[in-house]
Parts: sequence; structure tokens; C-alpha cells
Amino acid sequence: MDNTVSADLRDLDTSGPSGPRPRRTFSRRNIFLYGTLLVIALYYLLPLYVMVVTSLKGMPEIRLGNIFAPPVDVTFAPWVKAWSQACTGLNCDGLSRGFWNSVRITVPSVVLSIAIASVNGYALANWRFKGAETFFTILIFGAFIPYQVMLYPIVILLREMGLYGSLWGLVIVHCIFGMPILTLLFRNYFTSLPEELFKAGRVDGAGFWGIYLRIMVPMSLPIFVVALIIQVTGIWNDFLFGVVYTRPDTYPMTVQLNNIVNSVQGVKEYNVNMAATLLTGLVPLAIYFASGRFFVRGIAAGAVKG
Amino acid sequence: MTAKIASLPMILTASVVFAGGTVWTFVYSFTDSGLLPRLRFVGLDQYERLWSTRRWLVSIENLFIYGVCMLVFSLVIGFVLAALLDQKIRFENTFRTIFLYPFALSFIVTGLVWQWLLNPDFGIQGVVQGLGWTSFDFDPLYDPDIVIYGILIAALWQSTGLVMCLMLAGLRGIDEDIWKAARVDGIPMWRTYVFIVIPMLRPVLVTALVIIASGIVKVYDLVVAQTSGGPGIASEVPAKYVYDMMFSSQNLGQGFAASTMMLLSVLIVLIPWAYLEFGKKKHG
Repeated sequence: MDNTVSADLRDLDTSGPSGPRPRRTFSRRNIFLYGTLLVIALYYLLPLYVMVVTSLKGMPEIRLGNIFAPPVDVTFAPWVKAWSQACTGLNCDGLSRGFWNSVRITVPSVVLSIAIASVNGYALANWRFKGAETFFTILIFGAFIPYQVMLYPIVILLREMGLYGSLWGLVIVHCIFGMPILTLLFRNYFTSLPEELFKAGRVDGAGFWGIYLRIMVPMSLPIFVVALIIQVTGIWNDFLFGVVYTRPDTYPMTVQLNNIVNSVQGVKEYNVNMAATLLTGLVPLAIYFASGRFFVRGIAAGAVKG
Repeated sequence: MTAKIASLPMILTASVVFAGGTVWTFVYSFTDSGLLPRLRFVGLDQYERLWSTRRWLVSIENLFIYGVCMLVFSLVIGFVLAALLDQKIRFENTFRTIFLYPFALSFIVTGLVWQWLLNPDFGIQGVVQGLGWTSFDFDPLYDPDIVIYGILIAALWQSTGLVMCLMLAGLRGIDEDIWKAARVDGIPMWRTYVFIVIPMLRPVLVTALVIIASGIVKVYDLVVAQTSGGPGIASEVPAKYVYDMMFSSQNLGQGFAASTMMLLSVLIVLIPWAYLEFGKKKHG
């Protein structure tokens, strides 16, 4: 992507007759091209726009008006209600509880899963032990096994450990299911580092952990950022594991959101629902817009799994 | 030795959870486990019951329709978007950011937004009817015959950006000289794409295919959020069948049998692909 940007800049610098002859800006081809792209972009933006607009209207306005119309009376009441008063079952303390549960789940899951997977990747890249490749192959195959097959065995394991229903149980589950892709990511990255670094560390008498902490980790910050983005969005957006392995008072935000919006009792408050939906989507969206290029790299990394 | 101890989490996950868990579920799918798992074997009973349950058959049919449409449309749309972005346009980053942002959102959020957009009274249908076209009928979420397409619309919105990104990376990897040669030979652009570029994108296409396919089998949250399987059982999917059998109907045996069938369907896709990959490695 860098190349095209710099190429564009070079084209702009028309000090001499170099490069191809500039095209007319308003050729038929360009109108068609940008027109199509604009229409598609509007289609992709529409749901986000409708979410924002709906969440800022009052219920009477929603009943009478058009979902695409901007709000006449802007009100933040739906946001306040979604955050602190919306009901799920008997609890009426809003999404805030789900939000803090999600934070308490996401932070340790991300830290632990990245720590474990990076050590795995390091061991696989530099300290190949007997049978390592076999376990790694099973792990990668595991990424393709439908989660449903392993749901119940994990329930039993967690129950044996006394963690079923607790936040820590869910943290372990996230570490397990994040492991295949992250391990692959780190293994590939560490393999691509020059082996001389590792050998130099050995000569200087550093052991397994010494080389990992002093050489490998400081050299691989970009890949840690990529892993961080994959994990934060993935774990925050998870629904299945949340609903299976936690109890109503420890439900993550996605599960609570679904319960609020799809509850059958009461009058449907569409503005509160959309405010709640936006609140839940805000964390991954913020990460997406802030990280930009790293997010795309994370996708590319996720894409080469297997 | 330290390496082995440090890799213990991986060894345990691979052997106990992934391999062990799969075998465990497979074995228990031949038992009559109800509320709790128990080892009383009943042969293929669970599978016979599964394949004579209407809800499971509807789930399979839905998964099939959803899967085929999802594969075709996300590959086509993803490729077209990537090709449009590859025309050396201005604001490429802006457009890419817009097409990809839904992918950052969860299926729950996606499902709820589209539930609202497709709401028959206030959503797209209501708006168009309000403009004067009163006979306009676009109500996929409440029509059992087309509900699965309503889910498909939401799924495509969420995930085509990913396919686009993969394809764009693939297109960027293609040598500029190929385009120049095609232009010199006077081959029209669309023919260059169809006959030269797409065949060259084969590895990217395979990757995209595997990613889309493994996502299709897992579809669960989207259905739960958008329709909860309704109206009636019209939009049920296998993953939801498994969850409901295991955790709300206390019918573990059925859940195990159904999840084993899901595993089987994944293996049917995975094994030929793995075979191709390994074949390549042997030759190279």
C-alpha cells in the first residue's frame, strides 16, 4: 500500500515530462468507477448510520418517522438507559454490568493467551523437541474442528476444576481456542528471524527464558500488536463461549446485549436497543479505526492459518 | 527440557482438549445420554433419531442454502470490490476502511442491526411503503420461505470486507508486466481478469474458500441475534440445534450426534484441501 501512495505523490510532482501522460480526471471510466465505489460505500455505512440515528431519537419519533431520517429532537436518554437501566430478566442495571464483565474476561484472556502462544511459537521455532510437530499439527487441525464438538468435554473439565460458570473458566476457554492461530502466528514470525541471533544468545550462556525475554520479545513487538488486535476483538465479540461457560451474573456484554434486545417481555424500545448495540460495538470499532494497518495485517495473518 | 515444560499448555490443549474432546464426543454420540453423559450404548439410535427430526432436516437445508450462497456471493462480491480498489484510485484507504469495518463487529451486533433494518413496520419495507409504494413487500425475517436470505444479507455485509482484503493482497502480488503484456496484445480488461488474473489467484482463492467454509459451519450467533431460529423453526442451523439439545433440552446424546455430523461435514471439506496442500509440498 505504501508503494501506491508514494507513486501517487510522485505523479503529483510534475516538474518535468516524466511518467505516463496524466489522464483526464472526469473520464467516463472514472465517473463509473467512483460512482460504483460511492454507492457500495454508502450501502456499507448505512447500518452504522441507522444505528446512530435511531439511538438518538425518542420513541414517538421512531414510531412516526422514517428510520433513515436524522433525529429532530436529539436525546441521549436511550444511551443512559441502555447503559444503566435496561433490564435482562430480573436485573435492571443495564449493559454496564456486561461491559465490566467483558473487561474482566478480555484483559486476562488476552494477556494469558498471548503469553502462552508466544512461548509455544518460540519453542516450536527454536527448541524443537521430540513430538513437537505432532502436537502442532493436532493444534492446527483443532482450529477447524467445529467448537460444538468440544463444548461438552470442556464443560466436564471445567467442572472438575471447579471453574465452570466463573470468569476464570471462560478465560481458560479463550486461551484454548485462541491457541492454534496465535501459535501459528508466533511460530512463523520467530522462524523468520535470523537464527544467528538465537545462536549468539546461546553462546553468551542465555537459556530458554533468557533468550525469549531478552532477545525474542523485544524484537517482535509488531507481531505482539497484531496478536493483541486479533484477540481483543475476537474475545470481545465472542458469544458462544460466553453463553455456554458463564452464569447470568457473569455474562459478557454480547450475551447480555442479546438478552436485552431479544427479550419478549415489555414494549420494544428500539432506540434503547440500538444504543445498547452501538455501545457493544464501540470497543472493537475503536480498535479497528485506531489500528488501521495492523488490523489488516492481523487479517492477513489469520488468513494463512493451516 | 525447559522447552517441553514451557509447551505444556500446548501439549495439553492439543492432546486432551482437541484430540481427547473430539474422541469423547464421538464415543458418547452412541449412548443414550440425557441430562448427564453416561456410557450406555444404543448403537446408531441417536443418528436415526437425528435424521428423522424435522428441525434437524430444516437446519441442514438452511445450512446448505446459506453455505452455497455465502461462498458464491462473498467470493464474487469480494473479488469485484478488490478489483475496483485495484484500479489505482484515490482514497483507496478510505474505501477499504469502510468496506472492512463491519468485520470488526460481532455477529450479535450485526444480527441486531439487520433485525432493525429489516423490521417490517419501521425498516426498509416501512420506509418504501411510506413513500407511496404500498404494495412493496420486503419482509424476509417474518417469511419462513425466505428468512435464510435475510440472514445471508447480514452475513454478507459483515464478511465480504475480509474476502476483499484477501483478494486485494492477491491482486497486488500479480506482476505489473502481465497487465502490460495483456494491454499490448489488445486483450480487453475483463478477459484479462477472467482468463489470466483469476487463474493466477488460485492460492488466494483456496485460502478464502477455506476461511469462508469454516465460518459457514460455525454460524450460530447471527441466527440467535437476528431471528432466534424463527419464524417457527424456519431459520434453524445445525450449531444452534447442538446448543439447544445440550444446554436447554437436556438431550446430550442428540447434541453429540449432531455435533459429530458437523465435524463430518467439515472433514469432507478439509481432507481434500489438506491433501492438495500436502501434495504440493511433496512436489515442491
